[in-house]
Amino acid sequence: MKAIETKGLTKFYGKARGITDLELAVEEGELFGFIGPNGAGKSTTIRILTGLIKSSGGSASIFGKDVSGKKDEILEDIGYLPSEAVFYNGMKVKDVIKLSADLRKRDCSAEAATLCDRLQLDTEKKVEELSFGNRKKVGIVCALQHNPKLCILDEPTSGLDPLMQREFFDILREKNRSGMTVFLSSHVLSEIQRNCTRAAIIREGRLIACDSVESLAKTSAKRVTVHGDVFLGGLTDVRDVQHFEGGVNFLYGGDIKELLTVLAAGRVIDLSIAEPDLEEIFMHYYQDEPQDMAALKGGEQNDTL
Amino acid sequence: MTLFKHEMKQSKLSLITWTASIGFLMATCVLLFPEMKGEMDSVSDMFASMGSFSAAFGMDRISFGSLDGFYAIECGNILGLGGAFFAAYCAVTILAKEEKDHTAEFLMTHPVSRVSIITEKLAAVLTQIVIMNVLTLAISIGSMYIVGEEIPWKNILLMHLAYFLMQLEIGGICFGISAFVRRGGIGIGLGIAVMMYFLNIVANISDKAEFVKYITPFGFSDGADIITNGEIDALMVCIGMALGIAGIIAAYIKYTKKDINP
Repeated sequence: MKAIETKGLTKFYGKARGITDLELAVEEGELFGFIGPNGAGKSTTIRILTGLIKSSGGSASIFGKDVSGKKDEILEDIGYLPSEAVFYNGMKVKDVIKLSADLRKRDCSAEAATLCDRLQLDTEKKVEELSFGNRKKVGIVCALQHNPKLCILDEPTSGLDPLMQREFFDILREKNRSGMTVFLSSHVLSEIQRNCTRAAIIREGRLIACDSVESLAKTSAKRVTVHGDVFLGGLTDVRDVQHFEGGVNFLYGGDIKELLTVLAAGRVIDLSIAEPDLEEIFMHYYQDEPQDMAALKGGEQNDTL
Repeated sequence: MTLFKHEMKQSKLSLITWTASIGFLMATCVLLFPEMKGEMDSVSDMFASMGSFSAAFGMDRISFGSLDGFYAIECGNILGLGGAFFAAYCAVTILAKEEKDHTAEFLMTHPVSRVSIITEKLAAVLTQIVIMNVLTLAISIGSMYIVGEEIPWKNILLMHLAYFLMQLEIGGICFGISAFVRRGGIGIGLGIAVMMYFLNIVANISDKAEFVKYITPFGFSDGADIITNGEIDALMVCIGMALGIAGIIAAYIKYTKKDINP
């Protein structure tokens, strides 16, 4: 069964676009990344999935249950970490965590204690005294303490220091191994590249690519860095050329043989040819013109990148 | 029940403050009564002959020298206005605050249906209004014992019942408003309470505006009317309760469909 499935999901806020015709399918047990810049529609999608807002068109379902139906039944299976976790002022951390468990009518004290311990969270503090990162930790505990079948995380690592981020992803992976599906929304690509198996890229409310993280990163384009003097004029499909002192750096999508001929004709001191990382690919998805986007969607990545 | 308990805990301080303030003012008035009673025989005539001003507060119809007359005017205004503010404040913030304080995202992503959120929050508002009324009544009766006056039970209880019903109406209307607004609700709620209060004063001053009493809940909770008639106007109460219930129904209709803006 699919953990998340949306068909033609659309949301308009009055006339303003939220998302348009979003087709998304997340299999049970996946670690799924959802990538896009601010305002692309990530949070809108998540808010429809969690029942906070109603879609203007299309459908969305979680474990086969339509989200426009019984929200409380669907939310039983979900743990949700909002991008900005805000709690009731005046409450202690432990009371918020207890309230969250009580609202789920469950006793999660053992799991909560383990999580607080691993995240080094002081449960005696009042929530309004917490730093942004520590509030995030409270949100993480609330999202995970009941061992949900699906965990939806919106920008989960903002505010967490690198050590905590690692601990957090360790926890996520452990829970994922024991069956939890993870839907991770982020604009930090390295995070998705390291932790997710599949990812979808969203731009201006539309899905522009959805594939395994490996295939998303694997295009015929290479990042070429040359120290020395070469003349690139004869090459086709050279992009993002950056000259630096004593060399040049560019993305090359053409024939490798031609590249080698051009390089052999020049004066090369040092050379590296590498796969571009997801970050770079991502930047290109976003810098491209809309018609390129349409082409990408049609699966012609090789020609355009 | 979890949310209900949570709401009661959250509003504990506000409930204590409002109850203590209203109770304190009412107790002070009652405790001052014996001292004022002696002077009242002469002052009563003066109060009764200030024309529109007397009419506005019903002082032309009841005697300032008797405990229930005094109570209707002094304490009636304190509990009437104070209670209306309290009910408006509780009700108009209860739903809206989740979005205003950005806690909606936390609350609404738990497996609690919107209907139970509304119901438990409504129960919290009503419970707070009941507690405030029971306690202020107890404080009033207590202070009447202290000053050793004979207690005009029927009139006092009728007045308190009327104020309670009035708060329910205002609470119901403001609860409805709370479902529609995200911020600025407090101003609207208190504004409605003040407007209702002054509508009744207008109705008291001018015979032509008498019908306004059927609109404002201060119409059926006017102490002077209750003492003069020995009863609460049933028609006015029915209209009032209908308005309150309409507010609550509106809250259910709106809030179950509302896009939550976290």
